Amino acid sequence: MANEEKPKIKLAVYWGAACGGCCVSVLDVHESLFTVVEHADLVFWPIALDFKYADVEAMPDGHIDVTLFNGAVRNSENEHMAKLLRQKTKVLVAYGSCAHMGGIPGLANFTTKEEIFNRAYVTSESTVNPDKVFPRPEYEVPEGKLEIPVFYNDVRSLGQVVNVDYYLPGCPPQTERLVEVFMAIVTGAELPPPGSVVGALEKTQCDECKRKKSDNKKIKQFYRPWQIEDDGETCFLEQGVICMGPATRGGCGVRCIEGNAPCRGCYGPPVNAPDPGSKMMSAIATMIDSDDPGEIQKIVGTIDDPAGIFYRFSLPGSILRRKMT
Amino acid sequence: MKRYTIDPITRLEGHGKIEIFCNDDGDVDNVYFQVPELRGFEKFCEGRGVEELSQIVTKICGVCPGCHHMASGKAADAVFGVEPPPTAKKLRELFYMAHYVHSHIAHFYALAAPDFVVGPTAPKAERNVLGVIGKVGKEIGTEVIKQRRIAQEIQALLGGHQTHVVMNTPGGVRKGLTEEERKDIEEKAKGFVEFAKFSLKIFNDVVLENKTYVDIILNGPYKLDLYSMGLVDENNKVNFYDGKVRVVDQDGKEHCKYAPDEYRDFVAERVEPWSYLKFPYLKKVGWKGFVDGKDSGVYHATPLSRLNASDGMATPLAQEHYEQMYATLGGKPVHHTLAMHWARLVELLYSAEHCLELAQDPEITGDDLQAKLDKTPTEGVGIVEAQRGTLTHHYWTDEKGIVTKANIIVGTTNNNAAICMSLKKAAQGIIKKGVTVDDGILNMVEMAFRAYDPCFSCATHSLPGDMRMIVNFRDKNGEIVRSIRRD
Repeated sequence: MANEEKPKIKLAVYWGAACGGCCVSVLDVHESLFTVVEHADLVFWPIALDFKYADVEAMPDGHIDVTLFNGAVRNSENEHMAKLLRQKTKVLVAYGSCAHMGGIPGLANFTTKEEIFNRAYVTSESTVNPDKVFPRPEYEVPEGKLEIPVFYNDVRSLGQVVNVDYYLPGCPPQTERLVEVFMAIVTGAELPPPGSVVGALEKTQCDECKRKKSDNKKIKQFYRPWQIEDDGETCFLEQGVICMGPATRGGCGVRCIEGNAPCRGCYGPPVNAPDPGSKMMSAIATMIDSDDPGEIQKIVGTIDDPAGIFYRFSLPGSILRRKMT
Repeated sequence: MKRYTIDPITRLEGHGKIEIFCNDDGDVDNVYFQVPELRGFEKFCEGRGVEELSQIVTKICGVCPGCHHMASGKAADAVFGVEPPPTAKKLRELFYMAHYVHSHIAHFYALAAPDFVVGPTAPKAERNVLGVIGKVGKEIGTEVIKQRRIAQEIQALLGGHQTHVVMNTPGGVRKGLTEEERKDIEEKAKGFVEFAKFSLKIFNDVVLENKTYVDIILNGPYKLDLYSMGLVDENNKVNFYDGKVRVVDQDGKEHCKYAPDEYRDFVAERVEPWSYLKFPYLKKVGWKGFVDGKDSGVYHATPLSRLNASDGMATPLAQEHYEQMYATLGGKPVHHTLAMHWARLVELLYSAEHCLELAQDPEITGDDLQAKLDKTPTEGVGIVEAQRGTLTHHYWTDEKGIVTKANIIVGTTNNNAAICMSLKKAAQGIIKKGVTVDDGILNMVEMAFRAYDPCFSCATHSLPGDMRMIVNFRDKNGEIVRSIRRD
């Protein structure tokens, strides 16, 4: 039944450099969708509705009550839309890992625009491009000028481009968490201070994980997941496999670990430990079976691609931001 | 010169833009379909452990993540030179059938159905899934949402995570299936088969029984003479998970049939300066521009091309419908773009039947889930048939299995040139001197695009709202001379 006393909130969903998984997480409310549309009018959502950029530009400032912005800022169009939606929105939510900390597209900060273009358009084994043609922001065809956005060298999180009111982490956020936050907004519940992470727990993944843990953490060597025979029951770290659990907030329902895959940190770092890499290093330090600095260094050296695992979802938003070039 | 700009095109997975150029008479000169984004996965997969890629590449597309997960998993198997044990392979395939069921249901009811059940030029406010429900009844609408949800639940059970699945590990899967879970999936798969049959009946009653629609399919500006690509098993039957890629020409004659690791001999990609998305073509035929016919290497990789490229379906009911489709549309191969919708439903029935077969397979609950990895990792290619086209992942690693290079040709990318050409053909056939460009006309152009991309649908199928669009007519200097709003 429609709530007649309370006007519906105006809701927008937009994507920057994203995969569409965040939009799917919104759709995965399944039959509860009817509850959502009782409380909200969707005023902009390119994956689902045909409103155009011009429609958003025509809105008065602050017209949209809540925008769920998913995806990172990878190009000039993403940046323009982030700024435009900030201007038009009262409560801007960085929705999902990419908007939160840069996400998987943020792994591109281990490389450069030039290297990416060269790989995609020249050296790729199936590409035939002897003249080294690259996509260009502006190009004259016989009929007129065509434009595409400018591809930036750096990927940025939403919060590095505009002021963000709330961060709702996850790749994608669990639909249950979205519904909780949404209902809190529409029922007028008291919201946390701006800048907070919402829809995630204060606790870490480890606090939620059902795998067996002991205090007997004696790592002599690290392994890749395929190098061990996982017993399905023991803490991954105790088996010597890197699991981002200690450096990651709870809230996802530990689904990857329940699927026998170690955590990769999509829910972002826990409260009071803003950098997942440092948090992970300190967690690991307590588990290595040695007091000899040389040996400790050697054991840590058995971790393959530590940066790519520790900052899997968070490179742009981390203290590293990017690989120095 | 008049110019129409549609930016962004909406109801698709990802970003897109269409530029339509008209001459002074109002006829369409040219159409450009531009993809304004690139994320660079091929580059930033370098340096990662090869076993991590199946979880990284799902983030290429959150609508069809299962396809990337499977292609990546198979590429990692090949890197280690192993085949997963039969149970592991069947579990992957069982997951994949549920992935197809979810996607094909969403596409048909969200995208195709509004144009056919409600009508291509029906008022825009009705031309959406609510309009469909209005026509077919709320009971059916609820059933659609329910069946898609069940397919998602099966994926979550087998894949660990409902969207970005974590099922595969090199040479196997991470988790087995209990007898209790198997029984549950078996019951659900029976429901899929009934629902797929029902969907084909709706298509028959609403579309095929209506002369106008049949005429649009057969005689509208929606036909391109392209090569057809699809994955087939050893009997040349359609297969989504495994087999060889077969390409047939405009007459249905085999052009080539290649194993995954031979793909570079048959497919090449071209770069255009006005789009971030490359344009694949058949290497042995060559790139001749945006033209169809036998001399042009442009091909499509869609539900229809998969049926064209095969000798039939591997399950009995789907085979019946396969035969009926070709009998109705004048024999194999079919080149009518809008027949993709019918082909998609034949595939839905195959996915449902095969899902049931796998759920009833005694080996599915086995506990041998992992092949022994005792070879030095090197290089490997994995190919699956994604809902939107043949998907190729190719990885090279060092001796520790750290990725040194990656090359990926994604489903929709195969169709990039074909989509450009379909849009141009539809626009040229529909926007002409003397024709008033209104909402219905614009929708008829959009129908050419929709047929290709099942991922549009995942979002559109259950949300109310206006199907709104603005098209600007511009002169040579880019000044707007006229604006049409569809709202």
